[in-house]
Amino acid sequence: MAHDRFQGHDYYQVDELLTEEHLLIRNSVREWVKKEVSPIIEDYAQRAEFPKQILKGLADIGAFGPYIPTEYGGGGLDQISYGLIMQEVERGDSGIRSTASVQSSLVMYPIFTYGSEEQRKKYLPSLAKGEMIGCFGLTEPDHGSNPSGMITNFKDAGDHVILNGAKMWISNAPFAHLAVVWAKDENGDIRGLIVERGMEGFTTPETHGKWSLRASATGELVFDNVKVPKSNIFPEVKGLKGPLGCLNSARYGIAWGAIGAAMDCYDTALRYSQERIQFGRPIGGFQLQQKKLAEMITEITKAQLLTWRLGVLKNENRATPAQISMAKRNNVNMAITIAREARQMLGGMGITGEYPIMRHMMNLESVITYEGTHDIHLLITGMDVTGLNAFT
Amino acid sequence: MKILVCISNVPDTTTKINFTEDQKSFVTAGVQYIINPYDEIALTKALELTEKQGGTVTVINVGDVTTEPTIRKALAIGATDAIRVNGTPRDAYYVAKQVAHVAKDQNYDLILTGRESIDYNGSQVAAMVAEMLDLPSVSIVKSLTIENGIATLEREIEGGKEILNCPTPLIVSATEGMAEPRIPNMRGIMSARTKPLVVVEPLPVPQLQEYVKYDKPAARSHVKLVPSDDVKKLVDLLHTEAKSF
Repeated sequence: MAHDRFQGHDYYQVDELLTEEHLLIRNSVREWVKKEVSPIIEDYAQRAEFPKQILKGLADIGAFGPYIPTEYGGGGLDQISYGLIMQEVERGDSGIRSTASVQSSLVMYPIFTYGSEEQRKKYLPSLAKGEMIGCFGLTEPDHGSNPSGMITNFKDAGDHVILNGAKMWISNAPFAHLAVVWAKDENGDIRGLIVERGMEGFTTPETHGKWSLRASATGELVFDNVKVPKSNIFPEVKGLKGPLGCLNSARYGIAWGAIGAAMDCYDTALRYSQERIQFGRPIGGFQLQQKKLAEMITEITKAQLLTWRLGVLKNENRATPAQISMAKRNNVNMAITIAREARQMLGGMGITGEYPIMRHMMNLESVITYEGTHDIHLLITGMDVTGLNAFT
Repeated sequence: MKILVCISNVPDTTTKINFTEDQKSFVTAGVQYIINPYDEIALTKALELTEKQGGTVTVINVGDVTTEPTIRKALAIGATDAIRVNGTPRDAYYVAKQVAHVAKDQNYDLILTGRESIDYNGSQVAAMVAEMLDLPSVSIVKSLTIENGIATLEREIEGGKEILNCPTPLIVSATEGMAEPRIPNMRGIMSARTKPLVVVEPLPVPQLQEYVKYDKPAARSHVKLVPSDDVKKLVDLLHTEAKSF
């Protein structure tokens, strides 16, 4: 990819709603992405490889568990800081942000929230440092939007349980050291377990041939009579609310992340429109291009305000799952629409790796699907406002 | 080792520069401020020296409260503590006087600055502070090591380089190559919360420089392409259109 000339966009002076520390965090991560992610990401995405060398850097900038208390190695930061970190990392690439989201919200969050003190102390500090990478197993081949139908299960066998089943579409799976797995116990209750690489019968085959999140490693989790010590089961949670709590945290981060991808596409298209000359003048001077740009910055600005407000609510522990659904759905859709429009503005150049747009656009096809699809989030809002369940 | 690093708060390098209608001042609305990049090199060098040999790094800035995010970033990068002289810098003399006043009784082994600030590009503060404190000063230094109280400094000069030895204490202005600036990490940002940032009131110092007017440089004219085989046309153009050169 050409030199990263990204500049942030803040049409409504939303920065004034942030603290000095928020801005320092945001700008530091932005600088880090320019230095460590932008120069290499296109190459890794083209080769469909995760750049493992950036894991330590991701940990150093606070992308792993920024809101986990410092006593467990986390950043002890607020939710807006978490959001801003996700925004900037996704500005670089949604795949890299996915790794950070999974580590923070789907692995560290449940260990901190549902885990025993021993589990917290054992795993969280290494996860925060990026020495240990985790993944999250909820989705199954036959159970995506309907996770409660999961088949993966475990049976009591004295001091341990025997786990069987398979999970699919798992970010970080091919290289993760541990997996937070959701499975049914003998009573049919959904429980969370920590499964470690090396446990006999546990394998993580990689998913190949993706056109999206190519710089992120995706795989399956296969459990064939895996002996998991009972001490690896989360003591504090039972039922679907366990994994849904994690997803709330991750979806919140995605709502911010999508703004990063959208800003990168808008920023690229805006600059291109000012430099690309056709019919004797910059294409940014033509009405059809201006319509695209004006709508992009309008949508980005709305998304920035939406997420900022959601961040305030989350800091006060008042954000509802339905509010988070609305932000995830709106912002990812906003970002993918902007990516498609921006791609057109760049003409043929838009399909090349010289510019980040096509990569963002393809990445966002996953983002609009994972962590609750675009349609499912709509039904969550629908149910929230009508009180009527349209899922089943 | 006790080091003082002077930090300027300057507009980000990508800022679009505009002036007020009366051309008397720079329009600051919407401008992001950063640590002067040369000062960031100086700060990083100071950290490298103290990490190796022990000691403290104090950063000093002359400016109003709006410069505190820049100072806090310097603390997040790793400075031990910070001093803000609560004045409005109008010229290099004002800044140098304030820095010299703060530094005079503090026995710093080394005072580092950037070679120049990227806004006004004065390159004057380091030498002025040195004069005021009666210390040796070396400008635009590319490499710096200190052993047993002797600084070894490397400067680029016409056609080669110059290597100097100078006893501490001294004042050095840094340029590219002295150190690779660091991005603040999460631990740094968290620890910056509690590091001391002391605010001191400025000395009354007369303003020696007056800014009469700001102007933007003339817009660049279009490039004229001359076919490679048409030397005569090129010569004609050089005589007629480019004659001012």
